Amino acid sequence: MTTNATPAGKTTPAEAPKPSPATSEDLLLEVTDLKKHFPVTQGIVYQRKVGAVRAVDGITFSLRRGETLGVVGESGCGKSTMGRVVSRLLDPTSGTIRFDGRDITKLSQRAMRPLRKDIQMIFQDPFSSLNPRKNVGAIVSAPLHLQDIATEHGTKRRVQELLELVGLSPEHYNRYPHEFSGGQRQRIGIARALASRPKLIVADEPVSALDVSIQAQVINLLEDVQAELGLTYIFIAHDLSVVRHISDRVAVMYLGRIVEVADQVRLYEQPMHPYTHALLSAVPVPDPVKEGKRERILLYGDVPSPLNPPSGCRFHTRCWKAKEMCKTVEPPLLTIQPGHQVACHFPEERTLI
Amino acid sequence: MSLTKDGPTPPPATARRGFLDVRDLVVHFFTDDGVVNAVDGLSFSVEPGRTLGIVGESGSGKSVTSLSIMGLNRGRGTKISGEIWLEGQELISASTEEIRALRGSKMAMIFQDPLSAMHPFFSIGAQISEAYRVHNDVSKKAARVRTIELLDRVGIPSPNTRVDDYPHQFSGGMRQRAMIAMALSCDPRLLIADEPTTALDVTVQAQILDLLRDLQKEFNSAIVLITHDLGVIAEATDEVLVMYAGRGVEYGPVKELFAAPEHPYTWGLLQSMTRLDRKDQDRLRPVLGSPPSLIHVPSGCPFHPRCPYDAQAAPASREIRPNLIETTPGHQVACHLEPAERQRIFREEVSPGL
Repeated sequence: MTTNATPAGKTTPAEAPKPSPATSEDLLLEVTDLKKHFPVTQGIVYQRKVGAVRAVDGITFSLRRGETLGVVGESGCGKSTMGRVVSRLLDPTSGTIRFDGRDITKLSQRAMRPLRKDIQMIFQDPFSSLNPRKNVGAIVSAPLHLQDIATEHGTKRRVQELLELVGLSPEHYNRYPHEFSGGQRQRIGIARALASRPKLIVADEPVSALDVSIQAQVINLLEDVQAELGLTYIFIAHDLSVVRHISDRVAVMYLGRIVEVADQVRLYEQPMHPYTHALLSAVPVPDPVKEGKRERILLYGDVPSPLNPPSGCRFHTRCWKAKEMCKTVEPPLLTIQPGHQVACHFPEERTLI
Repeated sequence: MSLTKDGPTPPPATARRGFLDVRDLVVHFFTDDGVVNAVDGLSFSVEPGRTLGIVGESGSGKSVTSLSIMGLNRGRGTKISGEIWLEGQELISASTEEIRALRGSKMAMIFQDPLSAMHPFFSIGAQISEAYRVHNDVSKKAARVRTIELLDRVGIPSPNTRVDDYPHQFSGGMRQRAMIAMALSCDPRLLIADEPTTALDVTVQAQILDLLRDLQKEFNSAIVLITHDLGVIAEATDEVLVMYAGRGVEYGPVKELFAAPEHPYTWGLLQSMTRLDRKDQDRLRPVLGSPPSLIHVPSGCPFHPRCPYDAQAAPASREIRPNLIETTPGHQVACHLEPAERQRIFREEVSPGL
């Protein structure tokens, strides 16, 4: 963003300097009260609905162009479901998704299709997300064919350019996925996601399956292509240090809800929600001297079932600060500081790293 | 004498054997593509009450090492040589029956993925009691009591009822606890944990590591903890062995290894990590290239094609395989760079960027 160094006469008066009221121009994605419930049924012929897994249960956030939003949380908190609903691979139960100024919540399959090229996904497992029977050329060019995207010098040239962009060699065009290592396969997945020149990439644990040294290569690559192509990322991961590195803003999810959102520096240096505190304190630090001195918050038990989430604040069953109020009143996601929202009755700043 | 193989380091004949002492372990697999040199001359030892961390990339031979200790890869097409001593007993030359008697009782293993390591058709309780009854001549009832006791010990809530649950009814963290309970059923003296927390969330990982630490205090067992996460290594181990291409490249006490690592590969691992305790860097510095093929292991130092300091150690690094040599007491490094030079590089070039 440019600073307000423009001549004074040109700017509109009384404009807030930094967190300027984001116009719909800036926002690539606006998600409002998004819910995704998976029905649980019983019976064979007549399937009665006996309950619902509330995977995503009312989340609201927005994403500016060129920004990276990191989403962290334990397994089962709904972060992957959120990614899939946002990219409309799953249909939301309720709520709205506005992408690029357009409401895409209720678009039909057919109406959605042309938009698919703008929203792409990168998956976690580089072994199961590539078709073993197709060669790299076919995999990476699939979006081009499906979307009828015209290429200047033919599809093959374009695919080879993409392969080069992600750090593979153009000669890899005719090889098959099994001939590549995990890191290289993830690069193929990235090349495929970039093929249609998307605006938004939803990356669901893109580096979790990779070794640390390779992880760093892929993260650098993701940052490079973002800078080069002006991409916007939703980066879903459970590794808090990776998320810190790549994100501009970070959202912490717990049982289908966002419990804290803030820009990256603030979330890691002044986290307010007790769940964020617990997550941060649980990350082991590669320094045995420091490790011994660190304050450690141990959470007991597991994440409660999203079939029947706890009343009031969903975290109260595991929270050491929980009071009577937390059991009955659900805390709303409130803005505590510009750009820092927390859903807790008793937020408190704490330094953990 | 050829210098390309392990150099002249015959262990002194009178050397005191550790509790678990692995000497010059070599594991080769014969495949259609060629011989896979999964482990190629590895030595380490662990004492009771201590934890050894083995760290390395996938394909560095960490898991194969642990399977060899447990005697789980003795099939055809596998060639194992070297010595593995467990409390004075040699395991490689031992018969399958002898190993089977030890496995589960004196040594036990915790696997990475508890969902695939447990049988989906049998209840958790049945599987743990079975492991217990194989080594102890007790009634089913007594085994069940013991199982409930163990589940309680590892922190499973209401073990009386959960004992009859099936693996799919447990969450990931609880399954891992159940597996630890199974491993502990016969009070093993040696516990091998192969990536025990990799599939778990950080919060649960912290619980499991805590549990392992408590249990170790209680039973005074030796633990071999295999992981690729240097954070876990820093938190839970006493000594560390860094493996690369089937060999140990650095071996030392955990504090020393993090304060003054000397092998370029260890530096690479530390540099490529994103870490919460330091300021966020603009750019990560990955180890260049990709892990070597174990069928065609690079000549000389197997790390040389990826090593940024290769030129300084050439041509030795490309021709002669370096041995683990002690630099400071208890700290061994396999590198052709001069120790003083390594320490200088770490101090001046690597350490400031960490």
